Amino acid sequence: MELFFLILQAIIIAPIPLIFVAIGELVVERSGVLNLGLEGMMILGAIAGFSVTLDSGSFVVGIAAAALAGALAAGIFGVLTQVLMSNQVATGLALTIFGLGLSALWGQGYSGESTAPLAKIHIFLLSDIPIVGPLLFVHDPLVYLAFALVAGVAWFLTRTRAGLILRAVGENHDAAHAIGYNVVAVRMAALVFGGACAGIGGAYLSTVQTPFWVENMTAGRGWIALAIVVFASWRPGRLLVGAYLFGGVTVAQLHVQGFGIDIDAQYLSMLPYLVTILVLVLISHNKARSHLNAPACLGKPFFASA
Amino acid sequence: MKHVMRILAAGAIVAALSVGAPGGAAYAAEKVKVGFVYVGPVGDHGWTYEHEQGRLAVEKAFGDEVETTYVENVSEGPDAARVIQQLARKNDIIFTTSFGFMNPTLKVAKRFPKVKFEHATGFKRADNVSTYSARFYEGRYVIGLIAGKVTKTNTIGYIASFPIPEVVRGINAAYFAAKSVNPAVKFKIVWVNTWFDPGKEADAARALIDQGADVLMQHTDSPAAMQISEEKGILAFGQASDMIKFGPNAQLTSIIDNWGPYYVARVKAVMDGTWESQDTWDGFAPGMVEMSAFSKRIPEDVRAMATKARDDIAAGKLHPFTGPINKQDGSPWLAAGETASDGDLVGMNFYIEGVEGSLPK
Repeated sequence: MELFFLILQAIIIAPIPLIFVAIGELVVERSGVLNLGLEGMMILGAIAGFSVTLDSGSFVVGIAAAALAGALAAGIFGVLTQVLMSNQVATGLALTIFGLGLSALWGQGYSGESTAPLAKIHIFLLSDIPIVGPLLFVHDPLVYLAFALVAGVAWFLTRTRAGLILRAVGENHDAAHAIGYNVVAVRMAALVFGGACAGIGGAYLSTVQTPFWVENMTAGRGWIALAIVVFASWRPGRLLVGAYLFGGVTVAQLHVQGFGIDIDAQYLSMLPYLVTILVLVLISHNKARSHLNAPACLGKPFFASA
Repeated sequence: MKHVMRILAAGAIVAALSVGAPGGAAYAAEKVKVGFVYVGPVGDHGWTYEHEQGRLAVEKAFGDEVETTYVENVSEGPDAARVIQQLARKNDIIFTTSFGFMNPTLKVAKRFPKVKFEHATGFKRADNVSTYSARFYEGRYVIGLIAGKVTKTNTIGYIASFPIPEVVRGINAAYFAAKSVNPAVKFKIVWVNTWFDPGKEADAARALIDQGADVLMQHTDSPAAMQISEEKGILAFGQASDMIKFGPNAQLTSIIDNWGPYYVARVKAVMDGTWESQDTWDGFAPGMVEMSAFSKRIPEDVRAMATKARDDIAAGKLHPFTGPINKQDGSPWLAAGETASDGDLVGMNFYIEGVEGSLPK
């Protein structure tokens, strides 16, 4: 029972970086832009968050720096793809490579350092509930921020006027433009938000989960976040399901091995990816349905003159 | 805009051509050029970091007589062959420093017969391909002894990378040693199928600690597990380089790979024209494997025992695999007093008796 509790606790925090990165990208894609530079923004956030936390001694400043670094990188992507009309896929890939390289350069003086992990917050009264309390209400502040972000995005997209405009831009940018909305401005705002989220996701890795800096420490998580957005069919609620399915299987397979259950480790390592692919196939096998879910203008360039 | 691009492109071509100009070639003849291919980043504080220290030792030893280049973060896939080939065009000797570079190295070596290749931890050689490795298992035997003595839960967590002989040997050596001093000891082994993924290594460390391990060993390259051990207040052994910064209280000792002397000797051989294809497998004796300072948390008598084991191995008085040892299925491997042959060790693909779980194939 004790162990089961510990496993659940590990599962709750494991996908937090993925949730941050994916929820940002979800908003970006709902506005009709495909930013494949998640990994690059994430790793920039990781080094920014780590180095600034270490130098300033303040975790809050570090996380703000991470968000800023991610937002800046996304801003560059936005100018290139929305103003200068470069190809989104190619620019996104370039952003990933750029981020990995720049973070390595930036981090040269920081390898070998480490910061103290973030303190956990005990939520008043709720954390005293047996089992559920320590499981859900004793975490670091960023865990709560991640959940708040998902809920906030869900509310924003479906319940606010601004959210409606953002979706309109993503579904049909020409129509939105004709009504008088500034398509480029909306998309830039979405991109900057997405970049900031990706930056915080990276910083969660480098300041909370493993508080040190090494090059490439995101190790492909940006791509998994991208898959989770599709997995979620662009809905915030399903995004949580996807992130926890992935994170849960990842943690569970490590425990299965620890118990000595006789399954080849390679199969277990494959499992999270296999499940992701399986679900992707299931949700996209119906063409009409998958078209209904995907933002219609996703990845398409917008020319104001058209 | 297009115009500017064209000018830039033309400039790039001119720049590329000038690198290959005769002036450059004459310059090259004076220096021995040495290339290194790394599987991870030089700042990983583990495996690649130590190879980088070896490269720096070469630079320090020969100064202006050598020119070294390295490419880091080379994945063990098809891309490796491309990187090695690029280096082969410009270098006299190339060190490829991960097991998975074995076949790409041989492939490229065939095309560049005049270039010398040195492949770490592999077993395939050619006229211009040497192999070298360190007897890390000697270090793992020593940490096994310590682990068996210091564990309170009798549960040792082991984070393993890939089921290759190198890693299997380490598990067997550590288990055999731990069992010899503590018959109740158990190993929990988790395969993460990566050399370097700090997040995943940390998850594995947490899982093992949650399952009751109070001492961790790792055969992956980042200090993540060490850091988690420090955070959770348990004990751990570092891998490949000293990880004391990440676990000032947790680290008991680290097995350190010391490649510098070997790299210097091999580059010297190229300079002297005496380089030949060979297989090198050294351990404690010439200092290719070292242990970092033993922690104060290891009791005095255990420290003395570990130090003696290390010295005896270095002196050739003790072999970490000395029979009687059975394989996991109970079939005999080594008779009483018999020591493992290098051939058996190189291809080791089985657990010894007592290790739980099945070895991934």
